[in-house]
Amino acid sequence: MKTIIDNYIRKEMFPNIWCPGCGNGIVLGAIIRAIDELKWDKNEIVAVSGIGCSSRITGYVDFCTMNTTHGRALPFATGIKMAKPDLKVIVVMGDGDCSAIGGNHFIHAARRNIDLTAIIINNMIYGMTGGQYSPLTPTGKFGSTAPYGNIDQTFDLAELATAAGASYVARGTVYNARQSSSLIKKALDKKGFSVVEIISDCPISYGKMNKMKSPVDMLKWIKDITVSKKVWEALSEEEKEGKLVTGEFVNIDRMDYSEKYKGIIKKAQEMGGNKQ
Amino acid sequence: MNNQKNIKLLQGNEACVEGALLSGVKFFAGYPITPSSEIAEGMAKKLPKIGGKFIQMEDEIASMAAVIGASMAGLKSLTATSGPGMCLKQENLGFAIINEIPCVVVNAQRGGPSTGLPTKPSQGDMMQARWGTHGDHPIIALAPSTVNEILTLTIKAFNFSEKYRTPVILLLDEVIAHMREKVEIPAPEDIEVINRKKPTVPPEEYLPFKPDEDGVPPMANFGEGYRYHITGLVHNYKGLPTSDSQEIDAFIRRLHNKIEKSIKDIIIIERYLLDDAKIALIAYGSVARAAERTVKLAREEGLKVGLLKLLTIWPFCSEEVNKLAQQVDLIIVPEMNLGQMVLEVERASRGKCRVVPYGRVDGELINPIEILGKIREEIKK
Repeated sequence: MKTIIDNYIRKEMFPNIWCPGCGNGIVLGAIIRAIDELKWDKNEIVAVSGIGCSSRITGYVDFCTMNTTHGRALPFATGIKMAKPDLKVIVVMGDGDCSAIGGNHFIHAARRNIDLTAIIINNMIYGMTGGQYSPLTPTGKFGSTAPYGNIDQTFDLAELATAAGASYVARGTVYNARQSSSLIKKALDKKGFSVVEIISDCPISYGKMNKMKSPVDMLKWIKDITVSKKVWEALSEEEKEGKLVTGEFVNIDRMDYSEKYKGIIKKAQEMGGNKQ
Repeated sequence: MNNQKNIKLLQGNEACVEGALLSGVKFFAGYPITPSSEIAEGMAKKLPKIGGKFIQMEDEIASMAAVIGASMAGLKSLTATSGPGMCLKQENLGFAIINEIPCVVVNAQRGGPSTGLPTKPSQGDMMQARWGTHGDHPIIALAPSTVNEILTLTIKAFNFSEKYRTPVILLLDEVIAHMREKVEIPAPEDIEVINRKKPTVPPEEYLPFKPDEDGVPPMANFGEGYRYHITGLVHNYKGLPTSDSQEIDAFIRRLHNKIEKSIKDIIIIERYLLDDAKIALIAYGSVARAAERTVKLAREEGLKVGLLKLLTIWPFCSEEVNKLAQQVDLIIVPEMNLGQMVLEVERASRGKCRVVPYGRVDGELINPIEILGKIREEIKK
């Protein structure tokens, strides 16, 4: 039986490289379902990624796809969008990719409010390289480079994106794939810089080092540490400790970068004509 | 036909802007850095007038990435920087090489290492231009020595990048980037502008990395109905990652061969009074200007000196240098570093004549008199 997914994947690339129980496949499914509901033309979609397990997503989808360098997916996507503003440009990143090596690009893409959708698969670890701690590894948790526990503070990517000026910011989980898909759909449909962080699981690297050996253990843990906005608001500061809030945080209408640049072109041409 | 020549007094960096516009540039991404900033400023002003796009990115890495992205979407793209920025661009320069994405990168060289000498000239980045990004790869690098040549070689750089699907480095130095000279701006109809080959097959038959006979695969721009994958991983004809050793070998060799087999088209040199020369100077960039003057002065003294001026520095003109080494007794290589090009000259000469470096790294230009002094000193030996 042919499913929706079949219409959007490069079959020759399967089986994928992800470990059993990895959340990346759930996110891939959520993205595809969102795109299918939007009825976008595959020829007009460009998917861009950086480096890491999550970044392999671009190899699996039948769009124009670009698996770029570590942390740099957003500036590559910025060039594509500037060149052809009618293309729908989706950027998929991991937590290390987006918040460590790509952190500067992330805040500036948000600041410009360029019309891209950034989907961050946050499994709180560098999975591909063997479980080193990332800027999103919770304090106190373990990684292969944090054998005595992580002393770093984490970023809140949603708050970071909000402060930097994104037009749409949301957070979902692989535990709640349907909600994630609908958040992604709204993000894709949003004009301007949109961000969806999906809390995901890495049973092989993160789970093993943090006493959650099975994917089910990890999904249960994700369920336990995440709360909806409504529940979150009723929690005391103490209760909020170690928890992540899910849902939609920002949804505003603001002129996007390409639209603003059209104004620059108009102004430049009015001032000096077409002459060089 | 308008017979009146369009002559302007331009700064080197401004000439680069004019050359890029004549080449059909439609996108620039950059980051402020001395001594190349005037290129970004010119682009910011002029690109929107022709419907092109300019963006100042958050850093040099991002500028290089944006340029590659824009080129993938079909726009001829340019970025400009200097040594410290060039270091940062190397990562994505490699991405452009492995994915055969046309673009032009200007490096207005200043003294280094590190912050070095922001407002003084250097030729310290010649080897960086060749080997700066990691891995085994080819590169094309052009090096003008006059403001007029900056214009003509910028056009060449775009043409080579489109024709061979490769990034091209335009290596200036602080002096020619900032000096003002008379430039003849050609009429658009008088210049050759090359655009990338497009696929002639329908999307379902398109193999994005299957080369034509010239070693260069036709390139479909994103958004034109051809859906395919681009990756920094070594890839097969489809653009998908491969670990097949035969495919890997063929791919890496093809990247080199597509440049190597067109070396006659790519290498641009000028021979000045070399026919009867017994001593040859080999130089590029602003040093070539001084060397040309040295040749005149030496000839007045009855010394048979000539100049081989390189406009293409990578790939290196080994064959020409080898021939020259068989003709002359001595080659002197003046350069604003402690010996980079001289290594290539030695290699190409294969011991057929004496090869002597003459380096200067104090941030000052090499002048004609000191090269002449070096000649006098060497002929006594």
